[in-house]
Amino acid sequence: MANKTYRKIITEGVFKNNPIAIQVLGICSALAVTVQLKTALVMGISLTFVTAFSNLIISILRHWIPRNIRIIVELTIIATLVIIIDQVLKAFLYDISKQLSVFVGLIITNCIVMGRAEAFALSNPPFASFLDGVGNGLGYAMILSCVGFIRELFGSGKIFGFKVVPDLFYAAGYQDMGLMVLAPGAFIVIGLLVWIQKIMTKE
Amino acid sequence: MVDLISIGVNSVFIGNILLAYFLGMCSFLAVSKNINTAIGLGMAVTFVLGITTPANWLLYHYVLAPSALAWAGFPGTDLSFFKFIMFIAVIAAMVQAVEMIIDRFSPSLYSALGVFLPLIAVNCAILGAALFMIERNYTLMESIVYGVGSGTGWLLAIVTMAAIRKKLRYANVPKGLDGMGISMIITGLMAMAFMLFSGITLS
Repeated sequence: MANKTYRKIITEGVFKNNPIAIQVLGICSALAVTVQLKTALVMGISLTFVTAFSNLIISILRHWIPRNIRIIVELTIIATLVIIIDQVLKAFLYDISKQLSVFVGLIITNCIVMGRAEAFALSNPPFASFLDGVGNGLGYAMILSCVGFIRELFGSGKIFGFKVVPDLFYAAGYQDMGLMVLAPGAFIVIGLLVWIQKIMTKE
Repeated sequence: MVDLISIGVNSVFIGNILLAYFLGMCSFLAVSKNINTAIGLGMAVTFVLGITTPANWLLYHYVLAPSALAWAGFPGTDLSFFKFIMFIAVIAAMVQAVEMIIDRFSPSLYSALGVFLPLIAVNCAILGAALFMIERNYTLMESIVYGVGSGTGWLLAIVTMAAIRKKLRYANVPKGLDGMGISMIITGLMAMAFMLFSGITLS
């Protein structure tokens, strides 16, 4: 196992096998937290943490987990990690944790975490599983930030809460697109992103 | 009473759990290819939501909430950080129990819903509804109405989507956009249509 294989494991998750764009997993939470770039980033980092460590722990325990009850064992491990994240966010980033509301808890039922545990961690050594978790988490974070960037830029003319669209534009009659802030905007942006990704990977 | 009707209408249309809060997207995209299966899954989700939401309400308010254990002689306890793990356990157990009860008493209903019940344990809509119910401080009665209402909203959305997808088979979708991309955009348009209900207020 050279460095190359490890690098391949990470890049697979980010580009070739991106969990959202290609495998269509974990969409639920992806859309709800992307009104602003900041919440999208925090959510992406949280999910990367959970996926990476749940993969690591499950991979270490993989010879001891009985097959019949593996789903429950996995859920317990994931839920414990999510509780840790939730408490950390509440302690250090209270405002953001209020905005993310129930969606931090919903990482538990996010298909990416379960999917990677089932598909990779149960049959691979710990370090490779950890990297696989990081790769898939980063792939998720990347799409999330893209959607967050587009929605915040067009929806409220800001990035990270700073105004970037100059007042001159507004004076000339430019208006923020209210649609982007609402739910339908998220669906449409992600639909278009999937389209772009599909065209790019085909060539 | 008006309160309950308002919560019901709100959870079916305006605050539709799928179209406004993006919950249950994974199974929504995977199972909406056939109208009959869509109806079956929708009914199963409604059923499980109607049961687990009040069950989780009881669990939260009599065991987990701050100083909820006073009735057992432990005032001052706060187990609310534990809610993720407990809720997912209750949901999984409830789904299992419901499956066995239906199998015993109504084989015909079991043959209609049975296949879908195990899938539902990890559907984020179920956990999401439970967490929203806590966040919004519903009473027991309100949480029952909210559970059934959100389930109905989800049923409505998935059946509509299945019907649209059936027509879509004959449409000429641009290459690369077909499949996932166009489904997301259609969902976006549906979400827009559902938002029109927000003009309705009951007081």
